Amino acid sequence: MKYDIIVVGAGHAGCEAALASARMNKNTLLITININNIADMPCNPSIGGSAKGIVVREIDALGGEMGRNADKTLLQIKMLNKSKGPAVRSLRSQSDKVTYKKEMLNTLRNTNNLTIKEGIVKDLIIENQKVIGIITESDDAIYCDACILTTGTYLKADILVGDKRKQEGPHGEKRANFLSDNLSKLGFKLLRLKTGTPPRIERSSIDFSLLKKEDGDSEELTFSFDNIAYYDYKKQVPCYLTYTNEKTHKIIMDNLNKSAMYGGFYKQLGTGPRYCPSIEDKIVRFKDKPRHQLFLEPESMYYDDIYLQGFSTSMPYDVQEKMVHSLKGLEHAKILRYAYAIEYDAIDPLQLKASLETKIIENLFTAGQINGTSGYEEAAGQGLLAGINAVLKLDKKAPLILSRSDAYIGVLIDDLVTKGTIEPYRLLTSRAEFRLLLRSDNADLRLSKKGYEIGLLPKERYKKVQDKIKEIEDIESEIKNVTFPKYKCNLAEYLKRPEIKIIDYVSKFSKKYTKEALEQVEINHKYEGYIVKAKKEAEKMHRLGKKQIPDDINYSKVDNLATEARQKLEKIRPRTIDQATRISGVNPSDISILMVYLKRYYNE
Amino acid sequence: MNDTIVAVSTALKEGAISIIRLSGCDAISIVNPLFKEKDLKKLKSHTINYGHIVYNDEIIDEVLVSIMKAPKTYTKEDVIEINTHGSVAVIKKIIEILLMNGCRLAEPGEFTKRAFLNGRIDLTQSEGVMDLIKSESEIERKMAVNELSGKTSTLITILRDKLVDLISNIEVNIDYPEYEDIEVVTIDRIKKEVCDMLNDLRKIVRLSEDGKIIKEGIKTVILGKPNVGKSSILNALLDEEKAIVTNIKGTTRDIVEGSIIVGGIKLNLIDTAGVRKSNDVIEKIGIEKSLSLIDSSELILLVLDGSEELSKEDKFLLEKTKNKKRIIIMNKKDLENKNSYDKNIVKVSAKNKEGIEEIKDRIKELFKVEEILNKNATIFTNVRQISLLKSTIESLEDAKKGAEENKEIDMIEIDLKLAWERLGDIIGANYNEELLDNLFSRFCLGK
Repeated sequence: MKYDIIVVGAGHAGCEAALASARMNKNTLLITININNIADMPCNPSIGGSAKGIVVREIDALGGEMGRNADKTLLQIKMLNKSKGPAVRSLRSQSDKVTYKKEMLNTLRNTNNLTIKEGIVKDLIIENQKVIGIITESDDAIYCDACILTTGTYLKADILVGDKRKQEGPHGEKRANFLSDNLSKLGFKLLRLKTGTPPRIERSSIDFSLLKKEDGDSEELTFSFDNIAYYDYKKQVPCYLTYTNEKTHKIIMDNLNKSAMYGGFYKQLGTGPRYCPSIEDKIVRFKDKPRHQLFLEPESMYYDDIYLQGFSTSMPYDVQEKMVHSLKGLEHAKILRYAYAIEYDAIDPLQLKASLETKIIENLFTAGQINGTSGYEEAAGQGLLAGINAVLKLDKKAPLILSRSDAYIGVLIDDLVTKGTIEPYRLLTSRAEFRLLLRSDNADLRLSKKGYEIGLLPKERYKKVQDKIKEIEDIESEIKNVTFPKYKCNLAEYLKRPEIKIIDYVSKFSKKYTKEALEQVEINHKYEGYIVKAKKEAEKMHRLGKKQIPDDINYSKVDNLATEARQKLEKIRPRTIDQATRISGVNPSDISILMVYLKRYYNE
Repeated sequence: MNDTIVAVSTALKEGAISIIRLSGCDAISIVNPLFKEKDLKKLKSHTINYGHIVYNDEIIDEVLVSIMKAPKTYTKEDVIEINTHGSVAVIKKIIEILLMNGCRLAEPGEFTKRAFLNGRIDLTQSEGVMDLIKSESEIERKMAVNELSGKTSTLITILRDKLVDLISNIEVNIDYPEYEDIEVVTIDRIKKEVCDMLNDLRKIVRLSEDGKIIKEGIKTVILGKPNVGKSSILNALLDEEKAIVTNIKGTTRDIVEGSIIVGGIKLNLIDTAGVRKSNDVIEKIGIEKSLSLIDSSELILLVLDGSEELSKEDKFLLEKTKNKKRIIIMNKKDLENKNSYDKNIVKVSAKNKEGIEEIKDRIKELFKVEEILNKNATIFTNVRQISLLKSTIESLEDAKKGAEENKEIDMIEIDLKLAWERLGDIIGANYNEELLDNLFSRFCLGK
């Protein structure tokens, strides 16, 4: 059996990779341990969030699926940071875990060139440092031209609860026992990472009357730039808020030695994320904080689980019971599934090229948690790019590499392949230096052209963006003709005042424009000074980005480099001077030396 | 190599003419707004153009600007050369302005390095360039360490810590908007903290400029109407014939400089063209320059003529200098006194060298020389550092302005971050990881 591309794992990265590959006309196999877990959300029942919501919009603009699938399966959606500037607004939804999976599976099944198969991959078939196939645990060999690994947390996963360590994946699924060891044999450096998930509570056992309700926004919102709303915004499912208290903290402190993290039962191997600490971590590290906020989020309309966000723990079950019952509104709560921590293998992402192809094995790509990230959106963004770039590689075309001023996905991948990570990596707005350019509202304008040109975004969808661009141009010329003699300015200048909204002046225009196009024009003028500054900084970066470093450069021959810089450059092998400047330990004088060397030997 | 560099390509000392050279893609656009007479962008390459460098409506100097567009230049980049009048103070001022407008100081040998990198210089010279880069970065590193020991870097570190606390709080508000227990940064808090920081920074800059005075001398301008004896007084102070002294009104057209040490502190003396109404074009330029020097000077010696009544010009100059540190010198005490002005004057006869010591005593008094010399101040004396401090102040002022205009907090934060990066540039600190470390150590977040 032979496919063009095999995708191993069908989480959020795998689904995007497989869809991109199949839609770009490659005969694609998606292989997964359990078809029922395709596009599963093993942790929070939510898509989007700060920065992540923008990633979903970017995936959509490139022709990916996550945004459209989330739109079909919303329980609640809101725009975060509405009171702040346009750069930091971002969508966050509660998504139905049952329908999300179902809709994604439907989409996969209805996609041409795509085959889905159950199986656990134990090894890769390698020929001349090139991947040519996979071997499953049932010893089937399946051949391919390129392979994308999106194995999530399944590589040698261990579930940690109290003093127990069990060899299994999320929800007690089978783990992939052999693949990471075999990757190690091929020369990959592995990381051991850790994350956790909070308990799930039975909806009917919670007294919601004691808790603060959190509703969605009262307007129709979609992740996809050209989608209709599938939901009724008046009938969104609410979330609720509760807090830990002194009693909770006492229970945790009294039982700290029973926690998997603090008990010292076995050697802690995995590194957990700082932004996602367990509740015992929070209480130990922030002793003075009298309470911690917890969210109760609905998982699905088809079953009763409520996700207790903020309460991730690795305490034994009996302590978890006490902890949960100490919370207001949860005094009689019934725990349906207990919290656990999970440890898993990942590869050091410094072993990847910016296309997400590995440097060690040709035509082998990796995406998602195997690259050291966390989060559905981060995984999907990488999966999409890995899928696209695997196809482009087989077609002998240049890879699609998004820069830090193109997209959050660009920031994410550049951080991974340039700085690496020691903890599960999460996107944050503070990681993006050009966040004013990377807005939720302009993802379509930024990326749809690229999506269309590589053949992923359909023509009719791209046309909608082109229409919007035309509209924006028309409004731009109209606002120059709307004048305010009293203030001696036209509307373009008048819009710079914080209180002035373009929507109040549409009657002065020659025709009706869409809300989205008007919004673009308003933002462009209102924040012009800031945008100009950001573009200038981005331009600086691009100039260095154009200076390519040849793949075959031998750093040991570059005289005068500082030892640390030489080691880092050798390991990371940046593709441009710009990327080299972001490597910690590489100083400006090293960059000069490198540029001199390039000039001399490559006459670049 | 994507930035624009600047350096004085002649020796930094008194001379007839000095050349300030810029190279890089923004060379023309940086100088253009400062060059009053012509739009440099529209001029042909390889032309020399007469005009003035003007900054904040102040004429800094009369100059010739050469434009050489890439690639036929020394570095193969756009090159601008500014020919100035050789005064150290003017050169420093122009360089400081250029630095504030987007240039950076060239490293030693950097023009040559660029010429090499851009393929203009023969490859056989490459080894030499390599060694140069290596050795200069070593020297730079050592210099930076020496310059920034102790107090100065502590000061910057404290300010950066304050800024990073504010920034990471704002970032948390952005990344975790649902967390109600986390303090939300308000416009008022930003205003207050930014104002405090601005005060601190302005104080550092002021001290640094005092420090510069100690290091570089007090810029002392000798003012007066024509033929009042300015050059004679200058010569008496310098005790040497340096200025051209004649009794034909309007002979001193060039600014002549010399230095004296008074009580351990250096005075840079600047003679000026006499101030009067003039139709002579060249003399007019000199007069304009005299007047513009008033603002930039640190001390004014205003010379009056004791042998005649106050003239219109005298009154004009008395008024113009009333807010500056000044010493009013009544010259020609060897002649019959016909001048009734007597407020706080020093009577002098330059011709007979009488009263010169009294001028020096007044200077010591005015500058509390002893006090300055004893002050164990935390200061920056390096032009690069001071210009970074000033651009930090600019960014903070932008942030303050944003806050006053009620801009969104995440917009204001853009300028706060710029300010923080500039401060980091001074002490060579790394940026992004530090912010995240601060953020996660101070706020409790997550699922």
